[in-house]
Amino acid sequence: MSTQPNRRAEPDLLYSEDEEALRAAVRDLLTDHCDAAGVIARVESDAPHDRELWKLLADGMGLAGLLVPEELGGQGATPREAAVVLEELGRFVAPVPYLTSAVVATEALLAADDGELLADLASGRRIGALAVALNVSAGTAYKVVRFEDGALHGELTGIADAAVADVLLVPADDGGLYAVDASAVTVTPQVSLDLTRPLAKVTLDGAPGRLLGDAEPAVRRALRAGAGLLASEQLGLAEWTLTETVRYLKERKQFNRPVGGFQALKHRLAQLWLEVVNLRAAARNAADQLATGGDDADLAVAVAQAFAAPVAVHAAEEALQLHGGIGMTWEHPVHLYLKRAKADSIAYGTAGAHRAALAELVDLQAP
Amino acid sequence: MTDAADLRRRTAELLAAHPPATTDKLDFLRARFDAGLAWVHYPEGLGGLGAPRSLQAVVDADLEAEGAPDNDPRRIGIGLGMAAPTILAYGTEEQKRRFLRPLWTGEEVWCQLFSEPGAGSDLAALGTRAVREGDGDWVVNGQKVWTSSAHVARWAILIARTDPDVPKHRGITYFICDMTDPGVEVRPLRQVTGEAEFNEVFITDVRIPDARRLGDVGDGWKVAQTTLNNERVAIGGMRLPREGGMIGPVARTWRERPELRTHDLHQRLLKLWVEAEAARLTAERLRQQLVAGQPGPEGAGMKLAFARLNQEISGLEVELRGEEGLLYDDWTMRRPELVDFVGRDAGYRYLRSKGNSIEGGTTEVLLNIVAERVLGLPGEPRTDKDVAWKDLAR
Ligand SMILES: Cc1cc2nc3c(=O)[nH]c(=O)nc-3n(C[C@H](O)[C@H](O)[C@H](O)COP(=O)(O)OP(=O)(O)OC[C@H]3O[C@@H](n4cnc5c(N)ncnc54)[C@H](O)[C@@H]3O)c2cc1C
Repeated sequence: MSTQPNRRAEPDLLYSEDEEALRAAVRDLLTDHCDAAGVIARVESDAPHDRELWKLLADGMGLAGLLVPEELGGQGATPREAAVVLEELGRFVAPVPYLTSAVVATEALLAADDGELLADLASGRRIGALAVALNVSAGTAYKVVRFEDGALHGELTGIADAAVADVLLVPADDGGLYAVDASAVTVTPQVSLDLTRPLAKVTLDGAPGRLLGDAEPAVRRALRAGAGLLASEQLGLAEWTLTETVRYLKERKQFNRPVGGFQALKHRLAQLWLEVVNLRAAARNAADQLATGGDDADLAVAVAQAFAAPVAVHAAEEALQLHGGIGMTWEHPVHLYLKRAKADSIAYGTAGAHRAALAELVDLQAP
Repeated sequence: MTDAADLRRRTAELLAAHPPATTDKLDFLRARFDAGLAWVHYPEGLGGLGAPRSLQAVVDADLEAEGAPDNDPRRIGIGLGMAAPTILAYGTEEQKRRFLRPLWTGEEVWCQLFSEPGAGSDLAALGTRAVREGDGDWVVNGQKVWTSSAHVARWAILIARTDPDVPKHRGITYFICDMTDPGVEVRPLRQVTGEAEFNEVFITDVRIPDARRLGDVGDGWKVAQTTLNNERVAIGGMRLPREGGMIGPVARTWRERPELRTHDLHQRLLKLWVEAEAARLTAERLRQQLVAGQPGPEGAGMKLAFARLNQEISGLEVELRGEEGLLYDDWTMRRPELVDFVGRDAGYRYLRSKGNSIEGGTTEVLLNIVAERVLGLPGEPRTDKDVAWKDLAR
């Protein structure tokens, strides 16, 4: 590889100035428009998604089109920038369909090369959702619907953010991926562990679909990008829980001392910090490899996901425990992070699924 | 300012004047030092050119490509990683000129006389005494312990107590000790691995000229911080290829010996492989930060990460080897010049890596440092802060 002059030997693991500027802008917006109390109130309502916030992110900042080429009305940016956005969205557990629409559905459409829908998604005018259950990882089997007499029939469950989607990208048994208007199907919300990224059941009863192309490569590409960039969301989430726990433990006193001064807790937090630092490197690597289309992209994604999920869950679980009784309440936001972290640990493949993929990639075969 | 092109030109000149194939290794290294290509970020005349540290990689790559000898950095790790930056920061002009060149070429090996039987993690509690004589020289008495490489070292960095009447951190002074002085006695200390890589060092009436003091009298703790900080980041900036660390040998064993594989070991191996890769990427990220002139606090964590990984991975490898795991390669008491992880077998790696969480600051102490300096959590309760060293309970 090092013999090819235009291929970098090592991934760029830092943030560029532009990426830092993007981060600052997204964080400012979220600070003003996505407070935890609001998120909690919203997830208890019938409309868990924050459409206002989505409008600001999509229309106002053009983030929905980050991965879409400029000639289709997007920003022509790369997964590196999308990863930075996801870090911030993770930090706020923002209930918006960014990962599902602007990353996963968009990547599927990029593979299928569908300009019209891409432009719609990029502008934020429409929201897309890939109709594959959230727990499926790239390269493993997913459920398809029946294509019969020019229409689609069947039922799909575990479809993330389907409740707000305007268009569903549905794989069918003829091997095709179809664009189906949400108005042509029945979307039934499922009661979800993570209320900020709710799942739904999609029932197709003779729904018309427009053929986009082959499902397999599109789904594979979409799920790989989803898994790789999910690590950045998990990073943002883990960072928030660590920072917030450190802050709380400096203030909270028991035994006439800040509890953060007790060594048992200091060591746990230092350990967590170390995990987060490692997660940042793994997540940046995945984003960079996806951006440069390096030969290592599959491996980088598998490493990032195998590493990220346990760290994010650990961080959220520690945060809850170390907040004591208040951590167990509905009113304190730590539960939002725990639920997101746990759901993320299954989304786009579990750590175990990614380890299995890795075993193939690096030739460490099972017995 | 020296740029990459300039450095490459100088490197080419060095190679032309001293072709590696026909030049004696030591002559080459000396010439390289004198050309300022040893550590390019050091000042001119001291092996460098005052260039950005990041440009060293450019020089190293060109030299390596031409088969130039290196200075065996592992063998002289303490000199390179700890003594040199301390001498550069606190040494007199004369000290810098005397010590840096043979240190870098490897002609003179260094060791670190810090730890004592009664002062390990609490290093500032040390009791080795240095007393000033009428002529200004110092007379040193005491005992040091766990001193790596003392048996091959020509020089040592040494900290000793020069004022017992003030609190412990304040009465310490930093010296350069001549290991060939007859008052210095080095006795091997056998380790769990069977070999003796470190030593006890007895110091009896050793005279150290005042010209070999580093920094001001009583300022030794501050000077030692430079040494210790460099010790802890030394590991962070390393550039490792994938599977370059301890995971390499166990992955190879796995591939070559399918009969040893079990499902339980497979799960554990994959988990550790992922963690090792994440740690490698973190080290690489740290390196990129250093190059970009924005060092992060990650360095503090890297030693912790590698210590744990080395121990878990080598432990796994012993199990993987099954019946062979019950054997050991060689219990002969040897006095190696350096630790050779890969030249020995899995049992050795398992035992030696236990030291990784003790040497250079224990894992517990480093976790305290991360918690306090990086996360800003409250410090440990202190009872010794305002007490004169001589009045502390021992
Ligand atoms: C292979 C090896 C090579 C070495 N080479 C050198 C060398 O070249 N030069 C040199 O000067 N030294 C050297 N050392 C010594 C090393 O720096 C010390 O062993 C180390 O700093 C710990 O000190 P100690 O052994 O006295 O343990 P102690 O400080 O007595 O610690 C005992 C236990 O208590 C824990 N502990 C101590 N203080 C705290 C605290 N505040 N909070 C929580 N836990 C605590 C420790 O983590 C440890 O588990 C070497 C050690 C090893 C193992």
